[in-house]
Amino acid sequence: MMKLEKYLNSRGEEMNKLVCIDDLKNLIKDGMTIMIGGFLGFGTPEKLIDLLIQMNIKDLIIIGNDTSFIDKGIGRLIVNNQVKKVIVSHIGTNPETGKLMNEGKLEVELSPQGTLIERIRAGGFGLGGVLTPTGVGTLVEEGKEKINISDKEYILELPLKADLALIRGSIVDKFGNTFYKGITKNFNPIIAMAANTVIVEAQDLVEVGEIEPEVVMTPGVLVDYIIEGGE
Amino acid sequence: MIIDEKKGKEIIAKRVAKELSDGQLVNLGIGLPTKVANYIPKGINVTFQSENGMVGMGKACESGKEDANITNAGGQYVNILPQGAFFDSAMSFGLIRGGHVDATVLGALQVDEEGNLANWNIPGKFIPGMGGAMDLVVGAKKVIIAMLHTAKGKPKILKKCNLPFTAKKVVDLIVTELGVIEVTDKGLVLKEINKNITIDEIKAVTEAELIISENLKYMEG
Repeated sequence: MMKLEKYLNSRGEEMNKLVCIDDLKNLIKDGMTIMIGGFLGFGTPEKLIDLLIQMNIKDLIIIGNDTSFIDKGIGRLIVNNQVKKVIVSHIGTNPETGKLMNEGKLEVELSPQGTLIERIRAGGFGLGGVLTPTGVGTLVEEGKEKINISDKEYILELPLKADLALIRGSIVDKFGNTFYKGITKNFNPIIAMAANTVIVEAQDLVEVGEIEPEVVMTPGVLVDYIIEGGE
Repeated sequence: MIIDEKKGKEIIAKRVAKELSDGQLVNLGIGLPTKVANYIPKGINVTFQSENGMVGMGKACESGKEDANITNAGGQYVNILPQGAFFDSAMSFGLIRGGHVDATVLGALQVDEEGNLANWNIPGKFIPGMGGAMDLVVGAKKVIIAMLHTAKGKPKILKKCNLPFTAKKVVDLIVTELGVIEVTDKGLVLKEINKNITIDEIKAVTEAELIISENLKYMEG
């Protein structure tokens, strides 16, 4: 086990956030619910996906925007038959998802994109749910409570939480403070709030202090482990 | 009269572009709606939103200059304009659901007389998922459907959608290669028609009742 850097927490205890990817193996188990950042694979921590594939853990519940492509991001876990259920907004770019779903080998819960991110946000922000007009009058409302507010109908959508969040930061300091470039932000900062354990894959790893506090998008206090990702 | 698919899509994209006005924030769906950006009239400045987390989206990226941090919601490499901004998905859909997007342009499998829309699910055949479409049509101030008038010769503008809804009573305007149809309380009003076809010809490929506008014009293009 190689622990590269040591930081002290507020109680003066040593913190070892920066780890080798193999150090994470103890954390990751069959049947876990895992949120994974990315939009069609952009902003997805591919090295952490590599680890899940290498460990071949099974029966995962994966929560993310979409199932990406067969050779990218969450799509690779689908193709490798490691997923029991996905909660996503779109599966159209990965034909394997639809195939496994039709064969009864994969449960697919489709949630409208704006609803999905709000459900995760609710989970991470301590809310009991969200009321959204999206999906009223469609299959999405089936089995859900509807609430009328000021003569408008809303669906009560329940929060989502996870055991693990796998996020990908463009610039990450050794405390876990994270900055996302461009459209790679997408689900990443929201899922970082909604999981028991948060692992960041750093594209660029920098020293503490190199990211101005004003531009930190995910505060390092939320981050449990950091791995070096590279491009 | 037969209009080939490529020409038809060009007619639609050009006509939809004329619906947009200066200063609007607009979301274009994947596929045909994306082409609308190529035909924005001179003097009209429109800001494009991309639901993967951007406003101020520019044109497709030149080959060799692709940046994996700047893509559209279809995963294609694009540019961002100097006045643009990036944000996370909660903000992106806050803009959409919160009514900050002036217009959305989307494709459709079916639209009906009440302005109901189906564009995400063909049960038993193809279920890509709704992605951001359900939020867009509920949240955007104006919903414009840009689609070919028929699919394999079959009408897509129906009395009642028989595929699962994306949303109920949300469509404002339907633009096809054959005409421009407004959704009103009274039904579907044909406001413009392609100058190469007759009213009977457009009626023949439209299942829904078409009310012919008193001010029917030839379609601009």
